Amino acid sequence: MRKLFLATLLGLATLPAMADLQVFATVPEWGALVQEIGGDKVKVYTATNALQDPHRIDARPSLLARARQAQLVVAVGADLEIGWLPLVLRDSGNAAIQPGRPGYFEAATLVRRLDVPATLDRAHGDVHAAGNPHVHLDPRNVLRVGEALAARMAELDVANAAAYQAGLKAFAGKWQMAMARWEKEAAPLRGVPVLVHHASFVYLINWLGMKEVGTLEPKPGIEPTSGQLTALLARQQSAPARMVLRAAYNPDGPSRWIADKAGIPAVMLPYTVGGTAEAKDLFGLFDDSLQRLLKGMR
Amino acid sequence: MLHKPFAMAALLAASCGAQAAADTDLAAIRSQIDEMKKSYEQRIAALEQKLAAAEAKPSAQPAARTAPVALAAAPSVAPRTEVAAEPVANLRQPAPASGFNPEVSLILQGQYKNMKNIAERGITGFVPAGGHDHGDGAIEGINKRGFSVDHTELVLAANIDPYWRGQAILAMLDGSVEVEEAWFQSLAIGHGVGLKGGRFRSGIGYLNEQHPHMWDFADAPLMYQAMFGTHGSYAQDGVQLKWLAPTPIFLEFGAEFGRGANFPGNDRNKNGSGAGALFAHIGDDLGVSNSWRAGISYLKTAAKGREAHVEDVNGLEAATAFDGDSTTWLADFVWKWAPNGNPAYQNFKFQSEYFSRSEKGHLNCSDDEGAGNACDPLAAGDSVTSRYKTRQSGWYAQGVYQFTPNWRAGLRYEQLDSGTRDFGSNGANLVVDSYKPKKASAMVDYSWSEFSRLRLQYAQDKSMAGITDHQWTLQYIMSLGAHGAHKF
Repeated sequence: MRKLFLATLLGLATLPAMADLQVFATVPEWGALVQEIGGDKVKVYTATNALQDPHRIDARPSLLARARQAQLVVAVGADLEIGWLPLVLRDSGNAAIQPGRPGYFEAATLVRRLDVPATLDRAHGDVHAAGNPHVHLDPRNVLRVGEALAARMAELDVANAAAYQAGLKAFAGKWQMAMARWEKEAAPLRGVPVLVHHASFVYLINWLGMKEVGTLEPKPGIEPTSGQLTALLARQQSAPARMVLRAAYNPDGPSRWIADKAGIPAVMLPYTVGGTAEAKDLFGLFDDSLQRLLKGMR
Repeated sequence: MLHKPFAMAALLAASCGAQAAADTDLAAIRSQIDEMKKSYEQRIAALEQKLAAAEAKPSAQPAARTAPVALAAAPSVAPRTEVAAEPVANLRQPAPASGFNPEVSLILQGQYKNMKNIAERGITGFVPAGGHDHGDGAIEGINKRGFSVDHTELVLAANIDPYWRGQAILAMLDGSVEVEEAWFQSLAIGHGVGLKGGRFRSGIGYLNEQHPHMWDFADAPLMYQAMFGTHGSYAQDGVQLKWLAPTPIFLEFGAEFGRGANFPGNDRNKNGSGAGALFAHIGDDLGVSNSWRAGISYLKTAAKGREAHVEDVNGLEAATAFDGDSTTWLADFVWKWAPNGNPAYQNFKFQSEYFSRSEKGHLNCSDDEGAGNACDPLAAGDSVTSRYKTRQSGWYAQGVYQFTPNWRAGLRYEQLDSGTRDFGSNGANLVVDSYKPKKASAMVDYSWSEFSRLRLQYAQDKSMAGITDHQWTLQYIMSLGAHGAHKF
């Protein structure tokens, strides 16, 4: 009886290992990238969606249950998920996905991060010691992360290593072509000054050569105040912004207020995969973001 | 090899700063930078290739994969301009030894409280969990009116090594430091197994593991005060074993063994386990906007000479000592709603818990103050021992609604039932109240950020027979430093 119980337990424990590579992605963009590389060899669970503020997620019981069965956790890192992921990892009882193990992958540590604060003081709001974590909105970073991710997937699932490398190669080819197209399309955006709700678009703005001239949040993680909005409006006289950007998960009130007063368009960007109907995958994310930005220019 | 790109990055940063400073000369500086960019681009590309080659050997440098070090390209906020676009591999600066210091956080908590002056505050029909219900050693804080500072909590936590993580929570109050929790937790057992050892808050119930700064109200529910005293939680020295089932829904089982020194047990001088607990949790999402967790828990402990000071039939003080077993069952349910599962702007949380406790054994009643009470009418040092059998229960339900990022409001209703209390022959000597304590609370709180909160709470407290106490509390909760994740 006891033997049978143990055998069942062992069987249950090893069950996921026999199927596809089980991946737990904290955010949609990296979930989508895993899918691009892994195709039908992976089973991806994405912990959050594009309408959720990735900084503020509850460590829900369902997340624990999913993390328990994951072979690979793909996280953003740079403290973005500090409010929930460490707890989920520790309480999952899954040794393979603990930080420091091959089953734990951080995207942000692989690329050059912007906005690394010189001093750490919460008087500056909810600052990230490791820099701005929203790295995926520069497509060059996506490629860089993809290379490391494919290598990690191959390391964990040796049997399908060739498939992952092939998946990466196919993706990288398409991605580079898309990047060339995007950069050409986005030429009119170069040098365009914009306001943003939260500093979620630092990498996009950087890549496209746009200029961020202010955030609606007075400090990172602190919701826009009327004082901040009026100050930004006053600055429109001297340094006018051409549009005001927000992510799909931000409320539209503050950006619409300033857009109305300043007579500039308020542009909602998908921010990540699933943020708009068009942003179905990573290609759609950038296609749609650019279309929306270009539309804002007209 | 490292100082070269650093110098280049610094140069770039400096030039970018200059560009920002002189907006008028943009064009001139831009061409200058373009030249610099061209000359450096080739060298950067070469360096990048070298770095990429070095990083391509994954097993050679396992540490590089995890290095969570903040990597600044320049000693100022990295500039965000057009020229900074070239992605350069981050410079991996060595972290100082102090980088291994534990995460430290400090919770500041205090309040202003306006309520009736009641000398012997307690819960009618329930044994005072603090042992005594007045004077020195009384249930601390419960009767503090006016301004006061609660425990100041110091939290230290870190990974010990790849196999263990440790955490200590020290509660500081004038002249004393209490070790609230001090435990280690396994990281590397796998198969869903989690092992915790040391002093920890038990996994029973829902609120039990939460520290006061996470509470949605200024005080613990009456049921937690009746079950475990004003700490509002059951902690013990021992071990906890948890297993998370490999199922698509959350299914967790846990068992604990420990010293059992805290109420309803007491510190007994013995080998072996003094208290055991079992619990099971189940939870899942309902659509994208709802999630829930339900649990059932069992706590079995024993007491030997558990003291309490109570009233005898004539209103005189009597000392009692309980020997026997205490069994507690708990059921808990939590439901959270947030539009699209995004709790940052709006969310609602409902939670409810129920408990039932039975105690069985003997009660010894004496007259330790020589007052000539009913257990020892002649103050001759006699005492009366009788059988003791109780079954008591209680519940609370609360809802908290966050309607803007900063504001939340909540209601809580709670009721206890003193149930059956069989004191045997001591029933003739002692007051055996039968009462249903009730309390209703309403709170509203404002949070400037995730780290600071101010709360106003009103409670109509009928936890003592014949008294309706209108309590007003203005409370602040501030957390400093690294603040870890909160449980669901």
